[in-house]
Amino acid sequence: MKKRYRVVVAATALVLIAGACGSDDDGATDTPSAQDEIGEGEGAVSILAWPYYAEDGSQDPNFDWVSKFEADTGCNATVKYFGTSDEAFTLFGTGDYDVVSASGDSSMRSVASGDAAAINTDLLTNYGDIADFLKAQAWNSIDGTVYGVPHGWGANVLQYNSDVVTPAPDSWSAVFDAASPYAGKIAAYDSPIYIADAAVYLMATQPDLGIENPYSLDETQFTAAVDLLKAQKPLLAEYWSDYVAYEDNYRAGSTVMGTSWQIIVNTLQADDPPTAVDSVLPKEGSTAWSDNWMVSSKAEHPNCAYEWLNYITLPDVQAEVASTFGEAPANLKACDSIADHCTQYHADDPAYYEQLHYWTTPTEECLDGRSDVECKDYAEWVAAWTEIKG
Amino acid sequence: MFLSRPARIVLRLFSVAVIAVLYFPLLYVMRLSVATSHGFTWPPSGLTLEHWRSATEASGPRDALGNSLTIAFWATVVALVLGSLAAAALSRYRFFGRNVINLMLVLPLALPGIITGIAFSSGFARLGVDLSRATLVTAHATFCLVIVFNNVSARMRQLSSSLDEASADLGADQLQTFWYVRLPLLASSLLAGGLLAFALSFDEIIVTTFTAEGGFQTLPLWIFQNMFRDTSLPLVNVTATFVVIVMIVPVYVAQRLTDVASGGRT
Amino acid sequence: MGRGLDRDQGLSTSRRRRAARFVSSHRGIRLGGLLAGPLLWLVVAYIGALVALLVTSLFHNETTGIVTTIVTEPGLENYRTIIDTPVYRDVALRTVRAAATVTLIDLAIALPLAFFMAKVASPRSKRRLVIAVTMPLWAGYLVKGYAWRAMLNPESGLLREALGFSPGYGIWGTTITLAYLWLPYMVIPIYAGLDRLPDSLLEASTDLGGKAGRTIRSVVLPLLVPSIVAGSIFTFSLTLGDFYVNRIFGGTTQFIGNNIYSNFGVNLPLAAAFATVPILIMGGYLLAARASGALEEI
Repeated sequence: MKKRYRVVVAATALVLIAGACGSDDDGATDTPSAQDEIGEGEGAVSILAWPYYAEDGSQDPNFDWVSKFEADTGCNATVKYFGTSDEAFTLFGTGDYDVVSASGDSSMRSVASGDAAAINTDLLTNYGDIADFLKAQAWNSIDGTVYGVPHGWGANVLQYNSDVVTPAPDSWSAVFDAASPYAGKIAAYDSPIYIADAAVYLMATQPDLGIENPYSLDETQFTAAVDLLKAQKPLLAEYWSDYVAYEDNYRAGSTVMGTSWQIIVNTLQADDPPTAVDSVLPKEGSTAWSDNWMVSSKAEHPNCAYEWLNYITLPDVQAEVASTFGEAPANLKACDSIADHCTQYHADDPAYYEQLHYWTTPTEECLDGRSDVECKDYAEWVAAWTEIKG
Repeated sequence: MFLSRPARIVLRLFSVAVIAVLYFPLLYVMRLSVATSHGFTWPPSGLTLEHWRSATEASGPRDALGNSLTIAFWATVVALVLGSLAAAALSRYRFFGRNVINLMLVLPLALPGIITGIAFSSGFARLGVDLSRATLVTAHATFCLVIVFNNVSARMRQLSSSLDEASADLGADQLQTFWYVRLPLLASSLLAGGLLAFALSFDEIIVTTFTAEGGFQTLPLWIFQNMFRDTSLPLVNVTATFVVIVMIVPVYVAQRLTDVASGGRT
Repeated sequence: MGRGLDRDQGLSTSRRRRAARFVSSHRGIRLGGLLAGPLLWLVVAYIGALVALLVTSLFHNETTGIVTTIVTEPGLENYRTIIDTPVYRDVALRTVRAAATVTLIDLAIALPLAFFMAKVASPRSKRRLVIAVTMPLWAGYLVKGYAWRAMLNPESGLLREALGFSPGYGIWGTTITLAYLWLPYMVIPIYAGLDRLPDSLLEASTDLGGKAGRTIRSVVLPLLVPSIVAGSIFTFSLTLGDFYVNRIFGGTTQFIGNNIYSNFGVNLPLAAAFATVPILIMGGYLLAARASGALEEI
């Protein structure tokens, strides 16, 4: 018995070690090419989405635009929600989902790892109506090959408690000022991508650094941004990621100022009684997010996936999603039905969006085109973020 | 009683205070489930039954609850079977590696959930196994195993082997002995182990995050995903309150059964 | 075997009896059969996955352009990074300190509570108390975490309004919340241990002249060591691996769990290397605990 036992253990161990030392995922060097046509629906589609992007009534009976999609196309949709871009990237990488609504800080990672397939925009019925400044950009395409279809976007605004913070701020210096009277009650966004916000501030305050693109930072520029954030930490009440909790902090008064999204401002103003907050796009401009639908390279239901892309970009669906989530719709025709919303969110306002730097995944190859230096890639942003938080 | 009366009174007061603190957050959540104020802010205000009413229409929490119960059930069954087998082997026979196996059994529970989670997640990925209910049950059963194992082992140590010999003397073979003699005596430990394993699996979130398939939501996962939505937060509070209230009865019954099965005294 | 009464004169039961006889006369088969299931499950499913994870920690990422691959050349760079980078060291130490603090707080609360439940309360109250202590486990970890978040708000939370101050959302807020969340896991093993302690032992100690304090110190606590260690295994490891509470509280405090989680998608080898820290700590803890017999009390 002893001998048999030992043999079993040894054999199992060998199998495991052999498996462990086998080749792991080789990152794809050639990305899968787009399909030529939309064939017959497979009867199902698996969607990975931010909350409120693909509502099917199961989370909240008031929001449901997926059921109509299922009825129209015969593609039965299962939706999984994620809370952060990192989760999105990891989950999408499993290959269990056909489409994902990716933000710029995870979209290109999925392209780089071969998880995302190229998209044939000729198959997209509404692509032409989507705002040009969102299409084929650094965060959803490479050299003209499109990987993401724009869904909606929003700016990272400066939110402040209008009763407490006077006079009203108009610059990001309000959250970086070491002598701020609101020290200990300021908030920053809990993600490595926030380093770009520091870079945006430096673009205005330290032009000698020569930062052109806040996602394209070389050693010196990166260190400057990281130092700024380390200096900011003592001023902070929190790094927020869950916006409901973030709202609670404004209601309680423990946070009075910080980077935020318009939806949060609106929700707080709609409280009964209203929480006194207001927002502004600071004079230095800001970062922003533009979310895109991507198709998995391992999609089991590629045809239904394209049906979804066509559905979610329809004007009336875009209008519903944009007003539910609180963002600017990508399809400008949606503004026909939600004109006031579009005005508030600057959906078609070049003067506004030209001040914005949309989330993109930082890469070693400098995104601003410089070839004489190496820029910091996302893994280094993650490592730096850990250092900043201590 | 060897403790003086004042000491006993202090102890009683202390215990009441601890239980009160233990339950205060639950009462807070219960209060929130009927409040009109947003989020989790203190103090809650307003009174409404709207959240409870709309909860009856929501399919999300119902499905998630069903899923959690299913997974917990199967994980417990697997843990009961494998845990008792392991307990039988380790408590009766001495052999090389016995201590090592004992240690290995404790590992899934003793190591932080995130490690178990990513170990399983990358393990399944490497083996090319898709995430499914089966993978989730596998992961849960693994850390539930040791709970059953310990309960059953402890009980087995108390049982003498003379019972088995007597049974054999009376003409029963090994399997009959197991079924008619051993199993009934083990009932209380199986019940206690099973109940704790069930509770552990039901509330587990970290390992579940890494080993559940796509759209599959257990209750903790559903709660997590709805924490990000203001409109669904009241529903979360309603669900949590509901689960606690509803579980009182089965837990009480299970506790009574355990007491009865162990002859009134563990 | 086969002595005594045979119910059916040995006719139709022969196959089952033959199997039973075979099994009972081959000790190896019995042992192997009993162990095969759990062993296979554990070794292949869990230990195998752990080993694979540890092996991954020896690899590293390489980026060319925008493509990142895991290079399967074994090396210790990840470990060197962890040891050399001050912030990673700080995070590890902070997590261990927090785990120890949570354990001590829970121990301080659980011991008197469990003693009351096991030795002082009436039999009816006893059962109710056991249920009372375990019911909060069903409310869900996240919901309780968020409730504490509201209570701990430094500006207008419950504690601030009732006591004038609040530990806030830093390390102390996290520690208190974790202590609250894991308390039942410490109470249950200690209660079970105390319940098994015969009253006669305590009476004997009193008869021999021991006052309450002396009895507790010299008789009760030493016998409780396995249960205490069992409970502490829970509180320690649950704190070591936690990353949600910090996030709920606004991310200004980082634990090892947060480092593992944030690197999981970006740099799996580094995340795996981080994961070895709790594995080593708990492994060492378990080996030490084995001697005390605590492993059987979990």
